[in-house]
Amino acid sequence: MGLDTRPLSTLHERGSFEVADFEVPTGREEEWRFTPLRRLRGLHNGSAAADGKILLEVDAAPEVTVETVGRGDARIGTAFTPADRVSAQAWASFTEATVVTVPKETEASAPTVLRLRGEDAGAAAYGHTTVILEPFARATVVLAHRGDATYADNVEFIVGDGASLSVISLQDWSHDSVHVAHQYTRLGRDARFVSHNITLGGDLVRISPTVAYDGPGGDAELYGVYFADGGQHLEHRLLVDHTVPNCRSRVDYRGALQDEGAHAVWIGDVIIRVEAEGTDTYELNRNLVLTDGTRVDSVPNLEILTGEVAGAGHASASGRLDDEHLFYLQARGITFDEARRMVVRGFLGQLIERIEVPEVREKVQQAIEAELDR
Amino acid sequence: MATLEIRDLHVSVGAGTDGSKEILRGVNLTVKAGETHAIMGPNGSGKSTLAYAIAGHPKYTVTGGTVTLDGEDVLEMSVDERARAGLFLAMQYPVEVPGVSVSNFLRSAITAVRGEAPKLRDFSKEMKAAMDALSIDPAFAQRSLNEGFSGGEKKRHEILQLELLKPKIAVLDETDSGLDVDALKVVSEGVNRFSAQGETGVLLITHYTRILRYVKPDFVHVFAGGKIVAEGGPELADVLENEGYEKYVKAGASA
Repeated sequence: MGLDTRPLSTLHERGSFEVADFEVPTGREEEWRFTPLRRLRGLHNGSAAADGKILLEVDAAPEVTVETVGRGDARIGTAFTPADRVSAQAWASFTEATVVTVPKETEASAPTVLRLRGEDAGAAAYGHTTVILEPFARATVVLAHRGDATYADNVEFIVGDGASLSVISLQDWSHDSVHVAHQYTRLGRDARFVSHNITLGGDLVRISPTVAYDGPGGDAELYGVYFADGGQHLEHRLLVDHTVPNCRSRVDYRGALQDEGAHAVWIGDVIIRVEAEGTDTYELNRNLVLTDGTRVDSVPNLEILTGEVAGAGHASASGRLDDEHLFYLQARGITFDEARRMVVRGFLGQLIERIEVPEVREKVQQAIEAELDR
Repeated sequence: MATLEIRDLHVSVGAGTDGSKEILRGVNLTVKAGETHAIMGPNGSGKSTLAYAIAGHPKYTVTGGTVTLDGEDVLEMSVDERARAGLFLAMQYPVEVPGVSVSNFLRSAITAVRGEAPKLRDFSKEMKAAMDALSIDPAFAQRSLNEGFSGGEKKRHEILQLELLKPKIAVLDETDSGLDVDALKVVSEGVNRFSAQGETGVLLITHYTRILRYVKPDFVHVFAGGKIVAEGGPELADVLENEGYEKYVKAGASA
């Protein structure tokens, strides 16, 4: 890529809150070409009636406020402009939003868990969640998605100056669920953001995490683990937009795929603007293909518009289990099946062990074991 | 007493459309518990192929001959079955396996080979003692398998596995290569400590005579052109040290 190439992901520059401002995707667009639109159940073209519901159960840290608010609440919709039609549709369609607030200079003593559960995949639901960390606040927020759903939502993470937010979003839907999510993060000066997207269940899950920086010193670490089984489409589309100097970003997404029709898509876009001198970024995607019949699309894009970067790189690798790994373990008496499990566990485990909430970490480990038992 | 018998072993590498290449051309060798055999030969003579064929690496195809361990057909066994039957290969280039910790790996291997999981307490103690004996930093136990290990660390870690798994027959594939003298001594002491117990046969594959100053072989075999072309006692190593492999390479080529 040359410096004069237009970034592939300046979608947000054309963002709009009006659904009508976006054409109905046909599947030929760059941002939709990997997604099987027919399986979106109308979330993308307005044909999905908004008569479904996602039940919310909250387990908040004592220092943290969680409110259910109406559309008119001034705190929501400040951190983003919908970047595509589904995001705009979700914005136009939700009836109640959830606002999570961590007061300034407050450290939450426990994770705040939002359990979102769907009961009917036949009815579309739309949601909105805004998480606000006031300056110098620290908190961990878990979004746990379960059940049967056809769901599109926008999530805003507003991390104030010097604040630190750790988010774990667990997509553990039933096998016939569809979920299209946008996670918009805005980082204040010296703010820190760590996110884990764990995507395991669902017929079609498409998550688009975006990070924007409002001041220098922002630090974003975006991790993802996914395990695609036969017929599942799991898509993650990341955009880190470095618009201010001296910010850092790290992206590491890893997935495993098994059985006919398992499809993983990873798009990793990083833009370093002219003014973003001193940027330090690295993004990585790796996929482990466990059987025949799977498909991986992995597209890292790095657009550098300044000569003054501290570091910028990306890597993508997808492949089968390494015969040499298996041979080494088997040569020590370990069976093929156990060797395979050890390699997959190790590969995904390097990210899972970074999850700071023990209960969530153990749950994810158990879910990976269950995937390997199939 | 454990006995590994290799009879008229022929092994090829590669298969399919571009054809295969025969590397081993009739190897005969018997290794018994308590014996140390050195296999010496020039690069490309097939020494490492012999090691990998015994261990069952999928890249190599046995086209003729037999390998038995105490009368059991080794060639019929999968890679892991061979290890559980008592064969061990210390690799020349141990692979890095990201995210699999050394302690997890060792415990899995011990569980597989011994047929039951050691108690966590006993295992920790046993591992620590074995690591101490090889001057391995205890922090190693938590690192990813072979990841970022230096050449010497990798080899010491191979010998650590040898000592913990206590095989009947140990094949050491160029374990001495790439080691400085200090590391060579530590590794050799490990091998000697182990073979002194008299229950294991050692097949030491090496290009250099250097390690034979520290590990005394009972038998020396010269390997060239895919087979053993000369055999003798430890004195043969001295001959090789002085004269090199040249005459054997010619003999091997004409055979």
